[in-house]
Amino acid sequence: MSAPVVLSLEGITKRFGSLTANDDVTLELRQGELLALLGENGAGKTTLMNILFGHYTADSGRVVAFGQELPPGKPRAAIAAGIGMVHQHFALAANLSVIENVVAGTRPLLSLGLGAGAARKRLVELSARFGLAVDPDARVGDLSVGERQRVEILKALYRDARILILDEPTAVLTHQEAEQLYATLRGMAALGLSIIFISHKLHEVMAAADRVVVLRGGKVVAERAASATSREELAELMVGRRVARPRRESQEPGDIVLEASGLDAGGRLKGLDFTVRAGETLGIIGVSGNGQATLVRLACGLEKPSAGRLMLYGKPVADPNPRGFVAAGVGRVPEDRNGDGVVGEMALWENAVLERLREPRFSRAGFVDRAAGRQFARSVIERFDVRGGGPDSPIRLLSGGNVQKLILGRNLAEAPKLLVAAQPTRGLDEGAVASVHGEILAARAAGTAVLLISEDLDEVLALADRVQAIVKGRLSPPIPVAAADPRRLGLMMAGIWEEAA
Amino acid sequence: MIRLDRRAHVSLAARIGAPIAAVIVALALAGILIALAGAPVLEAYRRMLIGAFGSRLSITETLTRTAPLILTGLAAAVAFRARLWNIGAEGQFLVGALAAAALGSQHGLHLPAPLLIPALMLGGAVAGALLLLGPLMLRLRFGVDEVVTTLLLNFVALLFVSMMIEGVLKDPLAFGWPQSVPVVGDALLPKLLPRSRLHIGLLVAVGLALLVALVQARTVFGMESRAAGLNPAAARFAGIGLTRILVLVACLSGGLAGLAGAIEVMGVKGYVTTDLSPGFGYTGIVVAMLAALDPIGVVFAALFVATMFVGADSMSRALGVPSFIADVIVALSLLAMLVALSLANYRIRR
Repeated sequence: MSAPVVLSLEGITKRFGSLTANDDVTLELRQGELLALLGENGAGKTTLMNILFGHYTADSGRVVAFGQELPPGKPRAAIAAGIGMVHQHFALAANLSVIENVVAGTRPLLSLGLGAGAARKRLVELSARFGLAVDPDARVGDLSVGERQRVEILKALYRDARILILDEPTAVLTHQEAEQLYATLRGMAALGLSIIFISHKLHEVMAAADRVVVLRGGKVVAERAASATSREELAELMVGRRVARPRRESQEPGDIVLEASGLDAGGRLKGLDFTVRAGETLGIIGVSGNGQATLVRLACGLEKPSAGRLMLYGKPVADPNPRGFVAAGVGRVPEDRNGDGVVGEMALWENAVLERLREPRFSRAGFVDRAAGRQFARSVIERFDVRGGGPDSPIRLLSGGNVQKLILGRNLAEAPKLLVAAQPTRGLDEGAVASVHGEILAARAAGTAVLLISEDLDEVLALADRVQAIVKGRLSPPIPVAAADPRRLGLMMAGIWEEAA
Repeated sequence: MIRLDRRAHVSLAARIGAPIAAVIVALALAGILIALAGAPVLEAYRRMLIGAFGSRLSITETLTRTAPLILTGLAAAVAFRARLWNIGAEGQFLVGALAAAALGSQHGLHLPAPLLIPALMLGGAVAGALLLLGPLMLRLRFGVDEVVTTLLLNFVALLFVSMMIEGVLKDPLAFGWPQSVPVVGDALLPKLLPRSRLHIGLLVAVGLALLVALVQARTVFGMESRAAGLNPAAARFAGIGLTRILVLVACLSGGLAGLAGAIEVMGVKGYVTTDLSPGFGYTGIVVAMLAALDPIGVVFAALFVATMFVGADSMSRALGVPSFIADVIVALSLLAMLVALSLANYRIRR
């Protein structure tokens, strides 16, 4: 490594009250390097990047870019020094065109016109050089998430960024878009840009980075060349202990619990057939937006099928509704845990009992038995290791992993006969993923039938006994997970089922 | 960069302190206007206090004013908490009043007083609830914004009342004044204190505030309507029937506003005129916001607003400051309250 150092952070420390978010962090970035900053949620990654970019002021330490110390707390100075940041949540105006978004903020306030000719030439040149194809005149609101991210990167490059920081760039992307992003970033690095990307996903760090810096509890705990480490080692460094994702034991499935035949939902689902048996997990894979959401709604009792039958324990479900499903022993884990799963402003115990509130043990004559509710919440907290608050804390204070543990826990505490789990580990960090997987496997071992709908192939391979793919509202025939390999799953998700079979 | 971070816990002191601080700030700002009007500020406020609480008469007048404001404040608070934006309490108040007058007149119900009074209250509540159910149905069926429909219905209700008291319900003995037939003597609410206008409607209002607080905190309906207001998607996922909740909330909200109108007729005037309400319905929204939608807080907020209005009248007479200053103070306290609530709920971070 003889390339010059372009950016160095020296002894950065930042405290928020009693919390030390960054503790004497030192790191260097060299020209043309792709550096991954790896750590769990709350490890201090985002704080560190906000200090670097001047959004926060560090309590001690300094930032040096291209040999010049940056004044603390001045984002403009960071931009002028050639640092560009792409946030997880994009800062784009949806009703403006790509070129207007890119140029916005670079022109003096009182200038006439946008200097559109020169700007367009430069933008086209940048997108060609760095392989960031996007139509300059498209309205940003019409672009896909992946394209919007390209616009954000172009925005930074347009401002002469030579160091790019990307905060969890793949959190919002589909698998294919993420692959494309890695390729783009590698190309940019080869052209001499220096890139830091923040992530808590091991596979993308391994796939994209040259060098990995692992942050834990605000401290740099390790630094590795990507070629000289392994997923297992990084997972252990990141979490601070060995996290083996639990393994699935083979077992003989029991009776059919859920059976769909010819299930239609107003054009969004067409003729779905599947069965899930007791003590068995059926994994439904597929690219996002192929009908998964509707399938989850049907399996959770939120919607009636427009044709076809859904049978629970061999009997057709006459009038599907959430309460009926819960009463019949269906545990439901929604895809959007904060949107559908919990009411953020309500207490943890209220969220624990909300879907069972009218059961006699939680209310009598219309009055809520709050003691019973709190007791139930305490048992869920204890058994499923929910951290971050007691029964009376508002649930919005909990991290995503702990919210998910509560949602799983309030269902699994009742030993459901069927568990419908949609994207159960999306956005969770490695430790939380392992514990969610452990709980799902334990439920299956106890005889629960599990319907797992997930875009994460590793997750499906780890948890499912059989796999079906959903493509444009149709389901592929099932294959046993033992026969699944990436090529075959890829063909299934592409809808080429004859070849996959 | 300045950011607002959500506080993990809002202490009780902050929740009680916020409205008090807001009122102090509002009084200070209104003081500037009083000074501009050429009156001594402290003297003006002293006069206001005397006007509202200085004598037996003024105290009972202030409390008489408080009763309908508690009810319309509750009407707004229960609706807003479930995200039902009922801006129509004014209209519901008026139809409630009209229903009580019609049912309580000589040609109405013939019941002994102990039955007649609850029956008229119920009649007013039903009329108010019906007036809110219309806009709710439009929202549920066609997605029509209830802010618009409930607001506009206020004017429809006012004109309807005007038509009735100029027409079939007109009092033939009122020398041509547009007022309704009076309710019979048995329909008049008993006084709380002799030789005053203060009637038992105040007890009804305070009792209902306690009841609403109990319902919201302890019942299945209270918890479900809170969930429905805070996160409709999660409520639906949990199997809570949003339509059912909204219909019940509308009955409660419209009913409280209609009851306020009935009580005002039965307790104070005995008949309906188009100026029966000095904006009780609209002021109820302010009361609810000042109370941060808390039912117990509504009682205190209503008392504060009534104090300002009654006190400002007497200050105006004594010092020649326009009595509109009361509107200014109430409006300023609302604005200050919104700021104070933000400061109580969020922490400013740099």
